[in-house]
Amino acid sequence: MSAPADFDQGAFVRALLDPELPPPNGLETPRGFSPEKRFAVYRNNVCVGLVDALSERFPVCRQLVGEEFFQAMAHCYMREFLPRTPMLFEYGEGFATFVSQFEPARELPYLSDVARLEYALGQAYHAEDAAPLTIGSVRALPPDRLENATATLHPSTHVIASKYPIVSIWRQHMSDEEMTPLDLNRGEEALVVRPELEIRVSTLPAGGVVFVDALKERQTFGEAVDAASGATAAFDLTVCLRELLLAEAFVAISVAH
Amino acid sequence: MGTPSLPAHSCAHAASSLPARAGVGFKSAHFADIEASAPDVGFFEIHAENYMGAGGAPHAQLLRLRSDFPLSIHGVGLSIGGAEPLDREHLARVKTLVDRCKPAAFSEHLAWSTQGGRFLNDLLALPYNASTLTHVVAHVNEIQEALARPILIENPAAYLRFQSSDYSEIEFLREVVRRTDCRLLLDVTNVYVSANNLAFSAENYIDAFPMSFVEEIHLAGYAEDADEVGDPLLIDAHCAPVQEGVWRLYVHALSRCGPVATLIEWDNDVPPWEVLFAQATRAESFLAGRRSAVEDNSISAAIQ
Repeated sequence: MSAPADFDQGAFVRALLDPELPPPNGLETPRGFSPEKRFAVYRNNVCVGLVDALSERFPVCRQLVGEEFFQAMAHCYMREFLPRTPMLFEYGEGFATFVSQFEPARELPYLSDVARLEYALGQAYHAEDAAPLTIGSVRALPPDRLENATATLHPSTHVIASKYPIVSIWRQHMSDEEMTPLDLNRGEEALVVRPELEIRVSTLPAGGVVFVDALKERQTFGEAVDAASGATAAFDLTVCLRELLLAEAFVAISVAH
Repeated sequence: MGTPSLPAHSCAHAASSLPARAGVGFKSAHFADIEASAPDVGFFEIHAENYMGAGGAPHAQLLRLRSDFPLSIHGVGLSIGGAEPLDREHLARVKTLVDRCKPAAFSEHLAWSTQGGRFLNDLLALPYNASTLTHVVAHVNEIQEALARPILIENPAAYLRFQSSDYSEIEFLREVVRRTDCRLLLDVTNVYVSANNLAFSAENYIDAFPMSFVEEIHLAGYAEDADEVGDPLLIDAHCAPVQEGVWRLYVHALSRCGPVATLIEWDNDVPPWEVLFAQATRAESFLAGRRSAVEDNSISAAIQ
């Protein structure tokens, strides 16, 4: 007897992912039943498991398009992009980009940015722990030294700039409050921070995302202000700092000597 | 006076130091209830892959949980049954978690879930033959070496068989144990589901199972679909209370192996904490019944 050939898992996976294909060869079922129905259990487990994972990760997107639409869209994503690791909390990284190119969702141009916000929430949930700076210790910094200081932001800090009011949309769908009409042409810049265990979502003034991104790149406060003002003449540093402090987004501020 | 028989629950376990009590699969939705009620639960089990982020609530809850209860870590992503080499990065993550938590047991599945760098998020079946045995043995050995401890391997739920299988599932598991010195996790629901789907006797399977290597039992509720002729096709869905037929099979298994750590798994359509806890309480009552039967036996053996 020759040694059995290696089990062709690739063929098994191809058939799992493509319902048009017949089940792989070599399957047996009791009483001579066709293997279709049995193999379909695995197909269904894979599909439902991953679609459910996306459903949990993007609950507001799901509400925005409705259950049936979301399932269909998530299914298309899943067929094209399977998880690369067994850590399902990382799954969906490219979902926002996929949504932005998903033809049937074109009528909801803000959907993709809401997906970006929801993915950031998941990232913040699992981010590294760090003790945030207290407002008092930030106030104690000499104001004239701040310009050349650099900041360490909390590892959970994410910012998302959108042409649409994504924070307001998200908030309305996450609460039981009655929906009020939103001005969809008013953009918002989202700030996500998880200083302790609770995630905080707030909005930054225009230019805030550019400001935070500059700080993340270890530019000084002075350089970050220049970058934000360059992006938006109306950049309001005071409001921006206040929001970042309220969200407890700073872990350290290093004053240059 | 005859030599008293050793009570089964006093056997030293090689891979697990879990108590012979009922435990519960931990869901973060239940954390507040568990904190508030300090329930008398034998242990908690977590899915390793949910605790591989850098920080945040999962780690805070885990830290709290393991200070109050024995902990079991159950991996769902090592893909032991695959022909490909293990994902070393993933094994390193598992090791980091196990080193940090020092759980009473670590278990994984006789199944595969990764192929060509793609994770399929399901426990897929493999043929049982010399070729797959070689892979499984190599993978179990590699994991045990990395974790520096023996692990438990769980029997899968089956929906079909492979023509290329030369071993029965039990023969295959025995060989894995013999060649790796790992131990076994007997999922009684999986036995019940597989027996129904593949038309064999669940009791006979339990009777043939190498119970001396079983260091944990899993119980869960299955979902029911229909076969082509309308017969039940059972699906291991962890979505319901443990069904009566599974409880009966569990009692039968206990009669063969003695009291052993028993987990209630309920991962989908997760119920309120009280409902889950009631399932653990029921398992605990069967364990208590088995424990007193073992004690009665050893007393009567001692006085004969």
